[in-house]
Amino acid sequence: MTALLTVENVTKRFGGVHALEAVSLTVQAGEIYGLIGPNGAGKTTLFNCMTGLYTVSAGEIRLEGHPLHNRKPHQIVARGFARTFQNIRLFANMTALENVMVGRHVRSGAGVLGAVLRGAGTRAEEAAIRERAQQLMAFVGLGRKGRALASHLAYGDQRRLEIARALATEPRLLALDEPVAGMNPTERRQMGELFQRLRDAGVTLLLIEHDVKLVMGLCDRVAVLDYGRKIAEGGALQVQQDPAVIAAYLGAA
Amino acid sequence: MDIFVQQLINGLVLGSIYALVALGYTMVYGILELINFAHGEVTMIGAMVALAAIGLIMGAAPELPGLVIVLGGVLVAIPACMLLGFSIERLAYRPLRRAPRLAPLITAIGISIVLQNVAMLVWGRQYIAFPPLLPQGRHEILGAHITDLQIFIVLLSVAIMLGLWFTVRKTRLGRAMRATAQSREVAELMGVNVNTVISATFLIGSALAAIAGVMVSAYYGLAHYYMGFMLGLKAFSAAVLGGIGNIAGAMLGGFLLGVVEALGAGYIGDLTGGFLGSHYQDVFAFFVLILVLVFRPSGLLGERVAARA
Repeated sequence: MTALLTVENVTKRFGGVHALEAVSLTVQAGEIYGLIGPNGAGKTTLFNCMTGLYTVSAGEIRLEGHPLHNRKPHQIVARGFARTFQNIRLFANMTALENVMVGRHVRSGAGVLGAVLRGAGTRAEEAAIRERAQQLMAFVGLGRKGRALASHLAYGDQRRLEIARALATEPRLLALDEPVAGMNPTERRQMGELFQRLRDAGVTLLLIEHDVKLVMGLCDRVAVLDYGRKIAEGGALQVQQDPAVIAAYLGAA
Repeated sequence: MDIFVQQLINGLVLGSIYALVALGYTMVYGILELINFAHGEVTMIGAMVALAAIGLIMGAAPELPGLVIVLGGVLVAIPACMLLGFSIERLAYRPLRRAPRLAPLITAIGISIVLQNVAMLVWGRQYIAFPPLLPQGRHEILGAHITDLQIFIVLLSVAIMLGLWFTVRKTRLGRAMRATAQSREVAELMGVNVNTVISATFLIGSALAAIAGVMVSAYYGLAHYYMGFMLGLKAFSAAVLGGIGNIAGAMLGGFLLGVVEALGAGYIGDLTGGFLGSHYQDVFAFFVLILVLVFRPSGLLGERVAARA
């Protein structure tokens, strides 16, 4: 296995608050990697550093050797790192299919001039964008819902649509921020199956969850954050029995 | 009856010009939530540059057909305005992207004053006449007159608006613009280069402004360094009337405002027994603006609250 994502000593301070303190972790290509921790542990902060929403105060983040830290979000997406959101953030006034088509933006090229002149190349590209978006909709199980407005989709479908939109950017690494939050057990199981299929399709997954059970069943390896520090990393069982992790979740005895 | 038809025609012509300018306001607002008060001045610069170019072409090749000369002027004005709009965003608004909302708004007003004064220094304070180069044919319909120029203005405006509508709804750039308008942050995280989209928005809006500037000066036969101010305010009112941020709204608002204004100017004398004359035309735009803000602040087609500005 080769390292896909390397996070090295990443520190993030907001004024005097240390949201992340020298966090290091490595995600291997092809695995499902879980990032867990109690509320406020710094999971989402780390996510935002990785995806370019925050600049890091210190440390490095690399994807296949290319630095990601302090790059623009769209440059990070172009490198092959896509994400979904904890609180669903679709383009609500666009159709489901259009949402996915936006994700193709970074993998297509027609500029202002192309849009105005509408040459044969531009039209072919537009058709290719549409077709790929439809394939991805089918992949996540929304094949028939392309014409619906994103905001009209059921909650679970909106989560799937976010995944399809992220997949449209052709990520090597897909980061999912609490993808099963608010779902019932059946939906959770279906999402778990979708994640397996994604892995089989060659996408490495980074899963942020605070539902420990899901993470334990699905992830190859898990890192645990608490108060901005990594307190454990390893296989699911191993981490579950780690006294530091138990203390973090249940409170120190 | 014939005065009604006549004013309706005049209103549609005026309205199509308002609509072109209003699109520039509404697209920028949709993406940046910024009211680009310098946009009216971009229109004025478009007219001025076109007139300067037309003068040069007439000096160099007077034998060319009038339409070709005017077209030459337009083709110079469009890139000039695009460059201007692009630079304004780059130099004045982008550094203030994260500043409180009032800062870019005041900057916009500042830019507008600067442009007016630059235009005054370059082209002087006097009215500049638009040379009679365009076909002057008049046609009669339903007892009213319509000129070739009026027909041309309306048709060209409608064609441009259809093209813009198509671009926004059906192209990669348009999708990126709509995504950015809904959430700049999410669009960026989905791989859209937001700065490119914003620049493209200013480029398109400024190109429309250039065309509108030439239209308005050809229509009235005049250009003046101050012409962008009132035109900008009217177009802004049209954008608010339709629902600022909404592209179809700007088109509808432009046409409606033009018609209201023309009909108002046509009938105000009769309605007030001659007390107020048609020079009160400008009052109607702002009367409509006030009514809209009181009764439907989000505009006719607007969904979002326009009270944020």
